[in-house]
Amino acid sequence: MSHFDRVPAGSPGTGEIIPIMRIGDTLLVALQGELDDTTVVRIEEQLTMEVARTHAKGTLIDVSGLGVVDSFIARVIARVVAMVRLLGSPAVVVGIQPAVAVTLVELGVPMGHLDTALNAEQGMALLRRLRADGNRAR
Amino acid sequence: MAIELAEPTAVVVAVASEADLVHARQTLRAEAVRAGLGLVDQTKLITAGSELARNILTYATGSRGELRVEQVRSRERVGVRATFSDEGPGIEDLDAAMTDGFSTSGSLGLGLPGSKRLVDEMTVSSAGASGTTVVIVKWRR
Ligand SMILES: Nc1ncnc2c1ncn2[C@@H]1O[C@H](COP(=O)(O)OP(=O)(O)OP(=O)(O)O)[C@@H](O)[C@H]1O
Ligand SMILES: [Mg+2]
Repeated sequence: MSHFDRVPAGSPGTGEIIPIMRIGDTLLVALQGELDDTTVVRIEEQLTMEVARTHAKGTLIDVSGLGVVDSFIARVIARVVAMVRLLGSPAVVVGIQPAVAVTLVELGVPMGHLDTALNAEQGMALLRRLRADGNRAR
Repeated sequence: MAIELAEPTAVVVAVASEADLVHARQTLRAEAVRAGLGLVDQTKLITAGSELARNILTYATGSRGELRVEQVRSRERVGVRATFSDEGPGIEDLDAAMTDGFSTSGSLGLGLPGSKRLVDEMTVSSAGASGTTVVIVKWRR
């Protein structure tokens, strides 16, 4: 049995598909390349709906494929993390490129409250810890 | 020390849509690579440029303006100069606009002050109704 299926999350007819992967009860979305604002907002909406639909226990947002994150993209990422958290599902941002991290800090975008990890594997471990903490708090 | 053009030609990008924002970032990347900027400096220049181009879309009349990218030099340094200009309403209080947290659109107000931190030189000029011009320079280290 496979715990790995691809959910094509693009709205039909746009010819574009943002793949949201499902690994067990965790969702993984990889942001890549040159994203325009509309695409970023679409990913945000689709990810939120996907978390609600699948009752995912956690989400990894992989940004290692983004060479530039300006304040708009950073704010949308922070907002989607806050939204899925409201749904009761923690999200971890993984793979922020070092040059992007340096730039965001200097630019002054508040990102310090986000849970982050170096890569997907460490992100998974962090999600497990966040879930365990959440269960204890209940 | 005066800044001179290192090459006679400039790359000009119209800034009037979301797609242009992507194009502006790609152009800045290509020119930063050509000038030999390191990865962190490339990223800083492109990010600052993205903020400034976005300001054109948000504040300029008709949401339009222009980005001009040039290879420049000053004595033994080489770098990239990017000029963002629009013919919008201009910025009423430049000092306020350069302050972290100042925004007339209820946003975070970090585009201008944040961009200034990311580049080596930045000048903002705004002559009332004749629009706004922001010039940034990033030198190769
Ligand atoms: N090209 C422009 N034309 C007219 N006004 C501008 C222009 N660029 C900036 N401003 C003014 O300067 C203010 C500060 O700009 P800045 O980019 O720092 O912040 P913001 O755009 O309001 O918020 P953020 O960039 O964080 O989303 C803006 O709110 C706006 O009033
Ligand atoms: Mg701005």
